[in-house]
Amino acid sequence: MTDASPSPIKMAARDVSVFYGAKRALNDVSIDIDMDHVTAFIGPSGCGKSTFLRTLNRMNDTIPSARVDGTITLDGEDIYAPAMDVVQLRARVGMVFQKPNPFPKSIYENVAYGPRIHGLAASKAQLDATVEDALGKAGLWGEVKDRLSDSGTALSGGQQQRLCIARAIAVDPEVILMDEPCSALDPIATAKIEELIHELKGRYAIVIVTHNMQQAARVSQRTAFFHLGTLVEYGPTPDIFTNPREDRTKDYITGRYG
Amino acid sequence: MSEMLAPRAPTDWKTQAMQRRIRRRYAAERRFRLLGLAAIVMSAGFLAFLLATMLAGGLRGFTRTEIALPVDFPRAAMIVDPAIVAEGGDAADRALANAGLPQVTRDAAVKAFGTGADRWLSDGAWLSVRAAIKADPSLLSKRATIDVPAATDIDSAAKGDPSPAADAALFKLRAANAVHTGFNVSFLKEADATDPTVVGIWGALKGSLLTMLVTLMLAFPIGVFAALYLEEYAPRNRWTDLIEVSINNLAAVPSIIFGLLGLAVFLNMMHLPRSAPIVGGLTLALMTMPVIVIAGRNAIKSVPPSIRDAALGIGASPIQVVFHHVLPLALPGILTGTIIGMARALGETAPLLMIGMRAFIATPPAGLTDPATVLPVQIFLWSDEVSHGFIEKTSAAIIVLLVVLLAMNGLAIYLRNRFETRW
Repeated sequence: MTDASPSPIKMAARDVSVFYGAKRALNDVSIDIDMDHVTAFIGPSGCGKSTFLRTLNRMNDTIPSARVDGTITLDGEDIYAPAMDVVQLRARVGMVFQKPNPFPKSIYENVAYGPRIHGLAASKAQLDATVEDALGKAGLWGEVKDRLSDSGTALSGGQQQRLCIARAIAVDPEVILMDEPCSALDPIATAKIEELIHELKGRYAIVIVTHNMQQAARVSQRTAFFHLGTLVEYGPTPDIFTNPREDRTKDYITGRYG
Repeated sequence: MSEMLAPRAPTDWKTQAMQRRIRRRYAAERRFRLLGLAAIVMSAGFLAFLLATMLAGGLRGFTRTEIALPVDFPRAAMIVDPAIVAEGGDAADRALANAGLPQVTRDAAVKAFGTGADRWLSDGAWLSVRAAIKADPSLLSKRATIDVPAATDIDSAAKGDPSPAADAALFKLRAANAVHTGFNVSFLKEADATDPTVVGIWGALKGSLLTMLVTLMLAFPIGVFAALYLEEYAPRNRWTDLIEVSINNLAAVPSIIFGLLGLAVFLNMMHLPRSAPIVGGLTLALMTMPVIVIAGRNAIKSVPPSIRDAALGIGASPIQVVFHHVLPLALPGILTGTIIGMARALGETAPLLMIGMRAFIATPPAGLTDPATVLPVQIFLWSDEVSHGFIEKTSAAIIVLLVVLLAMNGLAIYLRNRFETRW
């Protein structure tokens, strides 16, 4: 699974297995996430791609029965080491969820919350600037700049998802994990999010889980295909879609199953 | 597979059987709506009946008939030094206590309205005389007219509940223009007494408020923190299951058991004062806490997990997740549960009987450790009295209790609307 990529490696997983109680959900996954590319995880439901995504910022810690084996590093640092502070890790590795989940607070508060709890803004003016910058990067500033005090939950679904992306960006993460970010959105809102992913590429290492193979082809440069808890194939997106090495990948891409 | 099924004829929606089925469906719907409506009308009727009887009987309890009694202090058979009374304080109280005021009051009535008129006055009439002297010691050197409460039968007759003897007395008093019925301010200011014409509800109301204060200060924080811990932090294992079952059982334990517990623990073991609001509050807090824990856990459970994920996902620590997101969203539900628990505690009688809050207490409690009683116990005590005048006082006390309950529920609705957020 080695890949001769010139891009610096941001996160690296080695022999990662995840257990829910006695059930093994993920088998010995090894993968490198690099800085300059968007990485897509594809595969049928229950293949472990979301599970693996959630190990990258230790969101699996919230499930009491979950256990992770193997090592995952962020800039060479083991994120499961006792010295790693999980709160800081999650600020550095942000996450966008499947269903838009803004806080039931104002748009401004949604974005300002992260910088505030991490002490990233020294003054109100600086916080205002951070909020404007994050909303700008998420392509939402123009739409909401006159109603920052409105509730975040009053926005449309697509706007809510971009607000969630702005919220993740506001704490200045290095990696952004997106767990099927468009599955609850209509095609127009989906197109906007995909456009946004293109713009954010290079500034953040982006990992996106998707059910939609066209989406993976459109937004990603690297694609990993998961099946039954194992990583079947990982490589440049065009190769995976046009010239897969494994039969299982080919069957899935061509719609034989999944 | 498809060969097994014969092609189906197109459904005819107009057949007799079909029409009958539709009619039956509508009839069932109508019946259900009528039943629901009947249930609502019935409960509204019961409520209206309750309120009407309470108001009819109880509003009279808020009024009192008073007799304007002329007292000629210089000529009265009393030994008291006006100088000591003028000084005020304990010395004045002692001097007035020994001055023979009850006899002076009775003599004044006989002198003003004729033989037998001393029985027209309430047994507590001299208390009004004493209060008037304390307010203005210069009365001792002159002839004064003091409003004193009338006896129960005169009071009833004046409010339209006649008896022959009282009617005759009332006729004489009206002729002398010495009787009037008005709003009874002292009912809202005084405590229990042996005579229904001079009783007040303030003692019991203040006792209730102090008891509720102790209950709230203990049960609310303990209940909320227990609920938060159990929902957010506690590992799921046999111990937490056991605790959960215990709390659910505790909420269902009959309240008198809590009274016995309070008696054994707070009075016999810890030697806290008997009949005190602090003990009442502790006992009721034991009873209210499980209710708050259960309501709190349900409210916390109903906060969507996506909000927790969102906060954790940008690096909030577990305690920040709880205090910034979960608790504010769960607060309306927690408050509603708390007010329901408090309302139940406010109406509770049985456990307080066990810890001595059924004593006859004639002064409002000044603090948490003073002897006190509470509204429902006061209602229970008055309803047990023989004297006819206590009937309307009981109803009046019930009205006060209902007003306090309504105020609490109103507060609950206000707080819920205030903190309610949609997600």
